[in-house]
Amino acid sequence: MIKFTNVFKAFPKGGLALKDVSFHVAKGEFAFLTGHSGAGKSTVMKLIYAEERPTSGDVRVSGYNVNEMRPREVPLLRRKLGIVFQDFRLLEDRTAEENVAFALEVTGARSSTIPARVMRVLTQVGLAAKAQAYPRELSGGEQQRVAIARALVNEPTVLLADEPTGNLDERATRGVFQLLRDINASGTAVVMATHDLDLVRQAPYRVIELQEGALVYDSSVDEARDQATGGGP
Amino acid sequence: MNLTFREAMLTFKRAPLLSVLSVTTIAFSLFVLGLFGLVVVNLQDALHGVEERVEVVAYLLPGAPIEATAQALKDIEAFPEVQSATYVSEDDALARARAELVELRDVMQELERNPLPASIEVKLKPGFRDTDHVSAVAERLRGFGFVDDVRFGRDWVEKLDRLRGLAAAVGIVVGAAFAVVAIIIIGTTIRMAVLQRSREIAIMRLVGATDGFIRRPFLLQGAIKGLLGGGVAIGLSFAAYLLINRYLLQSAFFTQEQAAAIVAFGAVIGLVGSAMSVGRHLKRV
Ligand SMILES: Nc1ncnc2c1ncn2[C@@H]1O[C@H](COP(=O)(O)OP(=O)(O)O)[C@@H](O)[C@H]1O
Ligand SMILES: [Mg+2]
Repeated sequence: MIKFTNVFKAFPKGGLALKDVSFHVAKGEFAFLTGHSGAGKSTVMKLIYAEERPTSGDVRVSGYNVNEMRPREVPLLRRKLGIVFQDFRLLEDRTAEENVAFALEVTGARSSTIPARVMRVLTQVGLAAKAQAYPRELSGGEQQRVAIARALVNEPTVLLADEPTGNLDERATRGVFQLLRDINASGTAVVMATHDLDLVRQAPYRVIELQEGALVYDSSVDEARDQATGGGP
Repeated sequence: MNLTFREAMLTFKRAPLLSVLSVTTIAFSLFVLGLFGLVVVNLQDALHGVEERVEVVAYLLPGAPIEATAQALKDIEAFPEVQSATYVSEDDALARARAELVELRDVMQELERNPLPASIEVKLKPGFRDTDHVSAVAERLRGFGFVDDVRFGRDWVEKLDRLRGLAAAVGIVVGAAFAVVAIIIIGTTIRMAVLQRSREIAIMRLVGATDGFIRRPFLLQGAIKGLLGGGVAIGLSFAAYLLINRYLLQSAFFTQEQAAAIVAFGAVIGLVGSAMSVGRHLKRV
């Protein structure tokens, strides 16, 4: 589904953001991407949604090879992904409903199908009652739910969430995290970047840790090795 | 399409001043083209009228032998360019002069000798009435031994022809200058619109909108401005046409096809202006 093989990423101004990163996220999996600020989490995300290309190494996502993708294939890849950010990225002059519908309109969905699909995802994230509200009339947690609904409405195979709870208080954080778990339980793979270790400890999910651009811990690999040698973390 | 159209119309609301300016410059560009176009169209008509009447007249030397003249008449009628050739005798010429020049009737009555030469009047077939063919026929008529002089309205035809070319050239140059200004203004409008909408554009890209889809509203609004500008230009040209007809001279307006072509050209200017700038500016957001 998502496979990084010996990926290096250097930015023109700024050193190596990723150094020899390899991992594989399977279909339907939930994986945390952790590490301090500046560790390279967002860079991994950008490589997955083909905003950036690897300097060397191989990035494969959902059948696409990000290294040698043509520019006009990028939108097709993005339609298989749902992407959520810390800052929600909603359009202020549109209601919750319109923000979600926007993702369908701009990808050329049949307009007769749009209202029903929008209401279904708004219901799924628990915001059906606030469909007509504008972002400024919603709490942070509610705005992030709208963003998640927008990410889900194209029925992605993977949901990418880059610090989705970074701007939320504890209660809203728990709610949004539970929502992501529910989404994963219904079959969508989730990659969630976070530096909130409390959250990471709450759930028995895969953890990939980056440190200054290097992958220093991968629970699936390290646990398998630990079990083989009889040791524990 | 629905969304594209809505977004395109929003540009007018978001940047009304620049939009009006774009439409106005396109309108002026096309109006200037239109005015000179009218001159060209009317000169064209005049030229047709003159060409219609173009005649080559070969004046004969006094005492040209009748048999030779009759044979020459047959030969001339066989020229591929020639529609008809008519022999006008000295007496015919005098009778015609008397009929046409009424004021001089008395003078002519008193003439002892007919001063007018006999002539052969040659009419050319349509399609051969331009300067080149007329000169060629005239040259050949000069070849006949009993022909004294050959006259035709070459000067007139050439002058009108040159005037038409000049009007077209001036119109194209001035119109093109306005078109360039229009394209620059449209480019500026697009840059502002792209910056204003950078958030939306970023989100569109994130959810998988194609570049073509993102571009479309910008191209559409450019084309709409061009159409509006073209419509205004036709309106202004028509007003000018009415004024000219009333105070200057009877003239013709564009045919429906010509008017449609001007409006379409406006749409092309708008489209080109948008297309040239939208790709460049989209790369930066
Ligand atoms: N566009 C960029 N140009 C230059 N350097 C960048 C760019 N994006 C990220 N970086 C650098 O790459 C490193 C990793 O950044 P990032 O992936 O955003 O970390 P994280 O999301 O884990 O906080 C940082 O040192 C950052 O400064
Ligand atoms: Mg980050």
